[in-house]
Amino acid sequence: MMPELGKYAEAVLSSYAVAIVLIVGLITVSVMRSNRVKKELQQIESKVKSNG
Amino acid sequence: MNLNALWEYANPKKFIQTTDRVLPWFAGLAAVTLVGGLIWGFFFTPADYRQGSTVKIIYLHVPSALMAINAWLMMLVTSLVWIVRRHHVSALAARAAAPVGMVMTVIALLTGAIWGQPMWGTWWAWDPRLTSFLILFLFYLGYIALWEAIENDDTAADLTSILCLVGSVFALLSRYAVNFWNQGLHQGASLSLDKEENVADVFWYPLLVCMAGFVFLFIALVLMRTRTEIRARRMRALLARERMGV
Repeated sequence: MMPELGKYAEAVLSSYAVAIVLIVGLITVSVMRSNRVKKELQQIESKVKSNG
Repeated sequence: MNLNALWEYANPKKFIQTTDRVLPWFAGLAAVTLVGGLIWGFFFTPADYRQGSTVKIIYLHVPSALMAINAWLMMLVTSLVWIVRRHHVSALAARAAAPVGMVMTVIALLTGAIWGQPMWGTWWAWDPRLTSFLILFLFYLGYIALWEAIENDDTAADLTSILCLVGSVFALLSRYAVNFWNQGLHQGASLSLDKEENVADVFWYPLLVCMAGFVFLFIALVLMRTRTEIRARRMRALLARERMGV
């Protein structure tokens, strides 16, 4: 299944590894911050509402 | 199409309601095209007769470089909208796009260096395109740092918008450096509207799919991050109001 990469295997595989790690990292950080901020805002809004 | 209807999305509530519906579609399209394009390019395209298997790096390098430049141009447009019309959502969209653009710039720089080493015999050269891309990366870094450094959101939006205008010169230089200065190691554009100048079809089609994947990923991430910035801004406003005892 793995294509024949020859003498450039290291360069090709490291390019894909670097890019995939950065993209997955960016998505993970964005989703985690989105969930955290959403939860914190809900807490603050309910606190404000209960304080009148 | 009524262009004035676009301004409805400057309302944060309307923006969040609309993106609730469209965000899953863009995320799905990004996943399908990006994963599909990369699998096609990596597993099912041949090695190039001159560059060997390193040609497979094109599926990461070209789309990320494309997005690095276009993310800044998107930030330029939204910054101009902020300067002219003072819509908070547009300033927050620019803020949301900056880290995405910066990561795209880093991917383009790193994959370029890894590709350059076996092809040019060096990881780096002070070539016009490489250098302008490095400067673009520094502008992204400065832009993000400026947003973080200023507490008042409106002041931060004003100053970062000006920085964005200045940085746009380098975003454009990154794109056209090889045309302006006919020197350096970096080749001319691999893609063109003129079919004769394009890479061969066997590389071109999977590359198109990968570019679409990067575009959809960018849109999905910017929509999600803009929603986060809108909520974070509301949170700061509520906390400030609470501190003042209003």
